[in-house]
Amino acid sequence: MSEPRDLLILGGGLVGMTCALAAARQGISSHVVDRATPEQLTAEGVDGRASAISTASWNLFGNIGLADALEPLGCGIENIAVTDAMKPGRIDFIPEPHEGSLGRMFANRDLRIALFEAARGEELIDWHSGAEVVARHRDAYGANVTLADGRELSGSLMVAAEGRRSPTREEAGLPLAHWQYDHAAIVTALAHEKPHDGVAWEIFYSAGPFALLPLLDDAQGRHRSALVWTVKERDAAGVTKLGKRAFEAEVAKRMHGIYGAVEEIAPRAAWPLGFHHSAQITDTRLALIGDAAHGIHPIAGQGLNLGLRDAATLVEVVADGMRLGLEPGDAQLLARYERWRGLDAFSVSVATDGLTRLFGIPGGAASAVRRLGMGAVQRIPALKRWFMDEARGVSGDLPELLKA
Amino acid sequence: MSDASTATIREHEAAHFGRLAKEWWDPKGSSAMLHKLNPVRLEYIREAIDLHWAGDTRQLKPLAGRRALDIGCGAGLLCEPLARMGAEVTGVDAAPENIAAAREHAGRMGLDIDYRAGEIGKEGLGTFDLVTCLEVVEHVADKTAFLAQAAACLAPGGLMIVSTPNRTAQSRLLMVGAAEAIGLIPRGTHDWDDFVTPEELGELLESVGLAMDEPKGIAFGPNKGLHLSDDLSLNYIATARRAD
Repeated sequence: MSEPRDLLILGGGLVGMTCALAAARQGISSHVVDRATPEQLTAEGVDGRASAISTASWNLFGNIGLADALEPLGCGIENIAVTDAMKPGRIDFIPEPHEGSLGRMFANRDLRIALFEAARGEELIDWHSGAEVVARHRDAYGANVTLADGRELSGSLMVAAEGRRSPTREEAGLPLAHWQYDHAAIVTALAHEKPHDGVAWEIFYSAGPFALLPLLDDAQGRHRSALVWTVKERDAAGVTKLGKRAFEAEVAKRMHGIYGAVEEIAPRAAWPLGFHHSAQITDTRLALIGDAAHGIHPIAGQGLNLGLRDAATLVEVVADGMRLGLEPGDAQLLARYERWRGLDAFSVSVATDGLTRLFGIPGGAASAVRRLGMGAVQRIPALKRWFMDEARGVSGDLPELLKA
Repeated sequence: MSDASTATIREHEAAHFGRLAKEWWDPKGSSAMLHKLNPVRLEYIREAIDLHWAGDTRQLKPLAGRRALDIGCGAGLLCEPLARMGAEVTGVDAAPENIAAAREHAGRMGLDIDYRAGEIGKEGLGTFDLVTCLEVVEHVADKTAFLAQAAACLAPGGLMIVSTPNRTAQSRLLMVGAAEAIGLIPRGTHDWDDFVTPEELGELLESVGLAMDEPKGIAFGPNKGLHLSDDLSLNYIATARRAD
């Protein structure tokens, strides 16, 4: 068996690798196991998604030394415009000059490349890529896994970061609340005639939200936005199969000409949407982080931010415990992580789920209620501030790693 | 009578804890309160260590190169963190079953800790930079004799840390009455009449040549659970140094 490490992180994606790097910066060692290789994960067209990185998540990337590599790749969100199908009553979330950006948009691929590059140079991270876990074991004395090639890896705390279908969570039998939204997100990138001026649009149609998220201009100087278009599950296959021209026409119809002519410039993919929330995110020497713990609707762009917040919280709890001579897998530390993350993640999950349901109700009356609601949010500063702080990820009890 | 050969252990006390040894390391077992107390008292200990030796508060091994003695170590709940903080640790406990459980656990965790069953006065242990004696004073028959033996283990310039329940109406109600009644603390763990107040502990320590600093309370709240506090009425923890 190889040398035991503090953390045994299963899943080396965005959240798992951020966790490993944040831990390493605190002197905490880890094994990171992922079935895919970095080449597979960063190949063009594998994951065309973009993520809104909140100010808090950006602080985390800064604190683990990624700011220089990522700074030139992110597009600041200056304004979030929310409308009900472009009817009057639009809410604009515009921060005061001293409050800084509402977040930054990054291609997931760029985030992975930066994380993997940093992980390669970190000796506290023992990275096992292209490795399949065939057996997991946890008991009072430690955690370990067996890989398909027979190697055994051990650690004090197992961290499940494998995403929504986490086999570790399933094997542990942790109860999960979940439902499908009966919707899918169509994800691609658009080039458009007019500049976006850093505006992120959330346009709510009764079939689901249609979101445009600003990206940096490409090498040819074309203005770009990422598109996350929610459609009914039964329509997803049809939308995916549409020809380029027909798709562009459908998209343009929903944009009301705000950016002029549009062109689809990336492979199109459909992602089924669901909500899941693990009622319990820890077990004997096990902590769940990211989508393994909770998957939420991408409506408010909070999924990855929530996962990064898990990673930062877990690292802070473990680092605080190790200062006191406690093991990373100590039950008291896991209880603290459970208390700290449980409620926060659940309130964000419930808020975005409520938002989705509110906007998913068809009909004139519901639409009037929505517009009335948006008008109220626009006029009541405290409410607007709450929404903005949620988008920035700075409300609630923040771990140190998420502070500037 | 308070010389080094005085037996300070009560037979029935040692037997009581021996029965609990098997469950010591189960965070949900009969020692659950002790597991919950551990991070709280370790937080106090870490701060005391950093202040006493003017160390870096973030480093992971603040006790590297130092010898530590835990008196009444049970199955090693405190010895193991002290060892991980870098100390060369000796743990002494009156109950052989505790020491057996402690050895077994440390072995499986890959920690090298010198565990001894018996009395500190009879062991010829030498002296230590850090001597901890947590939740023990209330269980010994002759407190002065016991503390004299503990003081003799403290190296010049060393640090002693003592914690014990206060003898107040609150501790009688909560630690002996309610907590034992609902099973938070195993029955027969505490005898309220043996508890000492902070003033009495200060005098006892002074009589054996130690100066006690201002104690800190370990309080219990419905939202915060066990936490460090200025309220000394339930339980308290204090540092002491050689008076000379």
